[in-house]
Amino acid sequence: MLAVNFLLLGAVLFSIGVFGVIARRNAVMVLMSVELILNAVNLNLIAFALLHGNVDGQVFALYVIAVAAAEVGVGLGMVLLVYRNRRSISLDELSEMKG
Amino acid sequence: MIVAADNINVAQNVAFGIIAFLMVFSALCVVTTKNVVHAALWLVLVLAGVAAQYVLAAAEFVAVSQVLVYVGAVMVLFLFGIMLTRAQIGKERGLNNKSWALGIPVALMLGGLLSYVIIDEFDDTTMPDAGPTPTEAIADNVLAPYLVPFLAISFILLAAAIGSIVLARKD
Amino acid sequence: MHELQSGWFLENAWLIPLIPGIAFFLILFIGKKLPMKGSELGLASMAASLVLAAGAAYQWVQRTDAAAGTESAGPVGFVAGFARSIAASEGGHAEPFVAPVIRSWTWWQNDGVELGIGQHIDGLSVMLLLLVTFISLLVQVYSLEYVRGDRRYTHFFAAITLFSAGMLVMVLAENMIQLILGWEIMGVCSFMLIGHWWEEEPNARAALKAFFTVRVGDVGLLVGTSVLFFGANEWTQDHLGVSGFSIEGLQAWALSGDASHLVLLWGAVALFCACIGKSGQFPLHTWLPDAMAGPTPVSSLLHSSTMVVAGVFLVARLYPVFWEGFSIPDSSTNVIVVIAAITIVISGLLAFVQNDIKKVLAYSTVGQLGYMMLGLGAGAWLPAVFHIFTHAFFKCCLFLCAGSVSHSGSHHSFDMKKDMGGLARKMPITCGAWIVAALALAGVFPLAGFFSKDEIIDNVGYNGYTVFMWIALGGAFLTAAYTVRATYLTFFGESRGAAAVGDAHHQAGLGAALSAHDAPHDVQQEGELEADAAHGEAGKVAVLLEEDGAGHGDHGHDEAHPPHESPKLLLIPICILAGLAVLAGFANATPFGEQWENFKEYVEPRPELVSATPGGVAGAETPSSETESGAAGAVPAADEGGDESEGSAEAEAAVGCGLTVPEESAVCYFPAVDHAEFKWSKAAVSLIVVIAGLVSSWFVCVALYTKRNRHLVGLTERFAPARAGYTFLANKYYLDALYEGVIVRGIAHPIAAAAYWINQNVIDGIVNGAGRAGKWLGGFFYKNIDQGLVDGAVKGSGTVANATGHALQPVQSGKVSQYGGLLFGAAAVGAIVLVIINV
Repeated sequence: MLAVNFLLLGAVLFSIGVFGVIARRNAVMVLMSVELILNAVNLNLIAFALLHGNVDGQVFALYVIAVAAAEVGVGLGMVLLVYRNRRSISLDELSEMKG
Repeated sequence: MIVAADNINVAQNVAFGIIAFLMVFSALCVVTTKNVVHAALWLVLVLAGVAAQYVLAAAEFVAVSQVLVYVGAVMVLFLFGIMLTRAQIGKERGLNNKSWALGIPVALMLGGLLSYVIIDEFDDTTMPDAGPTPTEAIADNVLAPYLVPFLAISFILLAAAIGSIVLARKD
Repeated sequence: MHELQSGWFLENAWLIPLIPGIAFFLILFIGKKLPMKGSELGLASMAASLVLAAGAAYQWVQRTDAAAGTESAGPVGFVAGFARSIAASEGGHAEPFVAPVIRSWTWWQNDGVELGIGQHIDGLSVMLLLLVTFISLLVQVYSLEYVRGDRRYTHFFAAITLFSAGMLVMVLAENMIQLILGWEIMGVCSFMLIGHWWEEEPNARAALKAFFTVRVGDVGLLVGTSVLFFGANEWTQDHLGVSGFSIEGLQAWALSGDASHLVLLWGAVALFCACIGKSGQFPLHTWLPDAMAGPTPVSSLLHSSTMVVAGVFLVARLYPVFWEGFSIPDSSTNVIVVIAAITIVISGLLAFVQNDIKKVLAYSTVGQLGYMMLGLGAGAWLPAVFHIFTHAFFKCCLFLCAGSVSHSGSHHSFDMKKDMGGLARKMPITCGAWIVAALALAGVFPLAGFFSKDEIIDNVGYNGYTVFMWIALGGAFLTAAYTVRATYLTFFGESRGAAAVGDAHHQAGLGAALSAHDAPHDVQQEGELEADAAHGEAGKVAVLLEEDGAGHGDHGHDEAHPPHESPKLLLIPICILAGLAVLAGFANATPFGEQWENFKEYVEPRPELVSATPGGVAGAETPSSETESGAAGAVPAADEGGDESEGSAEAEAAVGCGLTVPEESAVCYFPAVDHAEFKWSKAAVSLIVVIAGLVSSWFVCVALYTKRNRHLVGLTERFAPARAGYTFLANKYYLDALYEGVIVRGIAHPIAAAAYWINQNVIDGIVNGAGRAGKWLGGFFYKNIDQGLVDGAVKGSGTVANATGHALQPVQSGKVSQYGGLLFGAAAVGAIVLVIINV
């Protein structure tokens, strides 16, 4: 199996995730796209772990999974809070930070 | 992508190709579908595909963790998030924001860049054939050289748990 | 070879910071339920620490004596010192290096790097432990009364206890990480304490300013520690078996000759940046006067023995690094002395234009810290450390006096010109203590400041830093002069504002041209009879004044009240400190001969060679991970017990510590600093300067006051007595102008104003300018790059651009997705550029 297989798959997933983050308006959808990005990174970590024959990459993939879980938890908590306050989770309307 | 060559495990490669195609297709659906619930279901497919790729890459423990954490927990969380924010179950208009087209050039640019770099560097590098990784090795690594990151992770999880409770509870 | 004496107190000195640390949590959690709202826990913990510190000091003295081969003779050690001085004079420098008591436990380890937490007890630590616990205890006693009834009484005691604990952690830090820990604990606590009354915005801002200014310097601490670690780690592991964070290791490494001078230089520069921030040296001193927003006990603790001394302590502790890094013995100028000299002059001049009594003291602290740094920078380690010791007592006393004045005399105001004056009669004890401490600060002969400050000046000149010696002398003149000004404005002259409340003659007195000297006693009596009549009027004045005074008006007295002597709880610490301001100097009274030089004996490490223990006998990491190198590693290179010739031969070989490279398998822990010999002729110069400052300033003050009173006669007679209070306020401004006018024609004000202007404009301006430049740059990029370039490119690219261009126009849309797009796009562009460059 070629190393490029994994790495290219990771790159494609990453790009799709980036597109999702930019294009989506719904906050939950944006979080899903972030998950895509994180998984793409994990895929690379695993691929490199295999390529170099050590488990460091796997350990870090596990850490990334844990961080992603935390991120989803906090992210969805925030989404809920926003929804409760504004009856909408459209990110376009959350523009109080406008410069 | 070379499907068959003498230094390549063909069966593995074919399996990879099928799963990869499914994943890319599902991922595209995640970011383009008009239905939030469908998007979540497509995401399940992508995450399961990632887990399958982990198995192909001899990382069983990570694959199992992926299934447990992502497919089991994170997706349920997403579905709860969708329900609680009362998104329409059916089709929804305006799921994309107005400047969604900006994403296309950026994503293409990033994808092209990454592909170029990867192909440039790992053009014909082949993966070594490796048996399954003993979970013990991962444990040895987590608990000895990467102990401090491990502790940090546990604090992050604790903080995230407390934080989301504080954020989401009604008061 | 005999083993060095140790003892329980030395071995267990780590308890000293631990007790207040635990007390902090106890106060926080159960303090409010206790009868005294948690203050008793703070006091008890400080008292316990003081006892332990005293025990440690006693045993350290014994250890030193035993090492020197003489019988120990008690904690004071005068007799022992005398006996030893005879022995020393016979046998040359036959005194061995007294190894510090080092214990270390592994805190955590990661990939071969092991971080310990422990204690490093030597003379310097012992001295500061004793000092910090003692001053903290007194300040807490004082606080019992001073913050009584405060909203956050319990939290105050919790924070101040933790503050002391932080300093104590730092003082006995065994390695740099632990030192940083203590350093940062103090930073956080100073933020909490300065912003204690955070409801008022200036206080909150002052707290933030203090925190951030110090943080700017703290970056240097982190950088310096890293630089030194990577420079030293290998050497220390090989030679001493300790990590590159170990203070002992760094000391030895810096003097080993194996260290790269460049690494040492940059390490020292970075560490000195931290000291500039913490110890309020020239460019970053602006936070210190603002920090006066905190309660007075905090200021006094902060400015005497803890926070600001931390920077000086850091330099003193890692002295070999600075010694080698800045080539102190071979040069006549370096960064430390230049910064310190600027600090001395600038702060001295600034103190003249302050009306807030605490700010005068703050600037004087800045100046005295400048002296300490000057001493350290010029190779006068011992006098500088001694100055830490003496300065703590008299500066703490001055601050507590200022607090006492504001508490009982000026209705919580700190404004000398508005609310003080003439308090000598009403608060005699406070006044007496103030004068003693102020004279000590100025450096008048038998008081504490003289012995240390004069030594610094003397040694700075002796070590070849002649220019800086003269600057320091000028600084001494300024110190004396502004001290007198503050004293005069506070305690002499006529009473003003809140200080005059209930003192009817403050209105009549203005008309009657009363100065402090000819104020007849009966007028005051009469004034008190009329007090009731005048009370309403004066009360209004006081209330008016209070509004713009620095008073917190938070607790205590709602009504204006006449000035009176403070309660006992305030006076007892003040008196103790005043007593020590007199006596502390005799702890190292160089003029009286060598037997008085206890600091030289017990605090200053000997620059003697010590046999290194390669392979880490001293620091062998046993599985239980407790190491004890105090006894094992402390073996002097030669046992000088009886054989004097051998001892002196060894001494000759060791003279080169810090000057020459020590031979293999031997290490130095302290460079051989020169000591100037005390001469009365040299001391006379500085005494004359000080006395000239005192006398001239006194006469200027008196003249100004007399003049202004005479001028007032005409003014007040024209106004109705009913409006006297108002005219007092109105004329105040006019008189200020007069006062300033005369000084302006004198020497100080133009320079002082210029210094103040630089302070306000240049230094603050640089900070503000950086902000403004950033803002301007942002605007520029927005206008030209964002709006022009990006937008143009997008618009130019056809239909996609049509869809996105509209959204891109206001880039700062507040929309997350657009930010995300820009972020990823920019990252991609950056990466592409990198790829192109690398291809």
